[in-house]
Amino acid sequence: MSAASPVAIFWDEFKESRIAVAALAVVLLIFALALAAPFISPQNPYNLAELSLMDARRPPGFVGSKGYTHWLGTDGQGRDLLSAILYGLRISIQMGVIAGGIAFSLGATLGAFAAFIGGRTEALIMRIIDLQLSFPAILLALVLAAVLGQGKWQLITALVAAQYAYFARTAHGAASSERSKDYVDAALSTPLSTARVVFRHILPNCLPPLIVVATVQVANAIALEATLSFLGLGLPVSEPSLGMLIAHGFQYMLSGRYWISIYPGVALIVLIVAINLVGDQVRDQLNPRLRR
Amino acid sequence: MLGFIIQRLLQSVVVMLVISLLVFLGVYAIGNPIDVLISPDATQQIREQTIRAYGLDQPLWKQYWDFLRRLLSGDFGRSFVYNMPVLQLIFSRLPATLELTLVAVIGATLLGVPLGMYAGYKPDSAISKGIMAFSVLGFSVPTFWIGLVLIFTFAVQLGWLPAGNRGETISVFGVEWSFLTLDGWKHLLLPALNLSLFKFAMMVRLARAGARETMLTDTVRFARASGESEWTILRRHVLRLIAIPLVTVFGLELSSTLAFAVVTETIFSWPGIGKLIIDSIQTLDRPVMVAYLMLVAFLFIVINLIVDLSYAALDPRLRIRRTA
Repeated sequence: MSAASPVAIFWDEFKESRIAVAALAVVLLIFALALAAPFISPQNPYNLAELSLMDARRPPGFVGSKGYTHWLGTDGQGRDLLSAILYGLRISIQMGVIAGGIAFSLGATLGAFAAFIGGRTEALIMRIIDLQLSFPAILLALVLAAVLGQGKWQLITALVAAQYAYFARTAHGAASSERSKDYVDAALSTPLSTARVVFRHILPNCLPPLIVVATVQVANAIALEATLSFLGLGLPVSEPSLGMLIAHGFQYMLSGRYWISIYPGVALIVLIVAINLVGDQVRDQLNPRLRR
Repeated sequence: MLGFIIQRLLQSVVVMLVISLLVFLGVYAIGNPIDVLISPDATQQIREQTIRAYGLDQPLWKQYWDFLRRLLSGDFGRSFVYNMPVLQLIFSRLPATLELTLVAVIGATLLGVPLGMYAGYKPDSAISKGIMAFSVLGFSVPTFWIGLVLIFTFAVQLGWLPAGNRGETISVFGVEWSFLTLDGWKHLLLPALNLSLFKFAMMVRLARAGARETMLTDTVRFARASGESEWTILRRHVLRLIAIPLVTVFGLELSSTLAFAVVTETIFSWPGIGKLIIDSIQTLDRPVMVAYLMLVAFLFIVINLIVDLSYAALDPRLRIRRTA
């Protein structure tokens, strides 16, 4: 292979950081476990028929009435915590990825178009975005989740509203510097539509910084979703995400039954820390100031 | 300088107006408070009386106009749930949040800045690496989970500290404060620690980055050449040079800590405005939600203004440019 692809070069550099590779492995492992949850978890925690109150609030290692061991114990409704965590991860990741993805497309499009159009429209859009960025995301999400009510899409709307501004800001910065380059003028001199120039020419060149923001924001979305669910403003109770598992465990914690809250929390933290570590490495690699 | 202040003040007023409109629309356009206020089997007459009493029969723009007029005269309406003036309700809860936030942010700064400076001064020592690892944890771990772990460890297992409420308070000029009693401090410690971890991590990172850069500058080289001790250099030169970003972040964090206090107050049942907003969201107590949001937005804008002005005061380069 004479001409290595950019991806291969990127991977070669990435491999140099052992921590980042380990973190990436952890992220992939958790994603795989979450995907395979219906096949590998001992019970379906959402199927009430499989739950028995006899098994409720049992400590880790307890052998339940169904004959298998609850390695991480059970919660207040007799759910096997390991299964609940695997299914919870599924929901948390799903919410993080969907919300992050929508925020990415919405924010990047808005930011790039603002940079492309320029003038007053650009100033107005960016003003609003800056204003929003100065307001804490959690408050915005909190209020939106409250007024929209419970439900998956309501929650996703709240998360997107809290996060799109970061993408818009980043895309705007990158697109502004692309805008003045010759290839954009060249593309504009052909009868291509504006949208095509923005989407096919400008945006792809803005991708590297956006990818860094995306990794961090997926982790943030997962944490935010957990926080909202913990406060009782997230998903409906029938399908507990990690945040809700932790919230439910809170009432048992005061009587010393720590495992219901602690283990889902550990799963959540491992996921978030791993994503953040991968994001850190990607940022360092894409940062031109640290280029060798 | 005066022109700059006036310009910033005008901007702030416009921003407040926009926020008030958004808050009003967001909170009032969605959901029906009447369903929360009265029981479903209330008679039609009671229903209509209640709607009129709260002005909910007026068109939306009229409600907004009345709302703005009342806001300006300091009347935020009555809470649907507590049946008392919202302003009074919020001011009765505000001291609890203020003392929690201040203790958390000041504590995080007083601890985070020296530790961060040390980590920047000796980046390769084991202690510095420990400090940094701890700060990564403080950044990544969700606040609410740390709160649970703190309660479990110190309140349930060890039994050293209480898990909730403000404890004994002392009244000063009609305001209750916890930090004036020993019992109050015991109650304050865990929530403040919980709230401060994120700020602490941020202060450590900022101070470290600043100190690392500053240690390489000529300022430090010349100060060393003139025979000043390392301690003096750190205190007199490095700290002063990194103070500008630190002050900015301190100010901005003060307001975002108010937002995060929502989580901490809920966990530790700390009776501040954060707990109040969560309760009123759950009961759809709109006047309280609106007043809370307006108050937070107002605090944000005031703090941003102060940060901008102190920036100008701290950084001579900005002072010159703006007066010129």
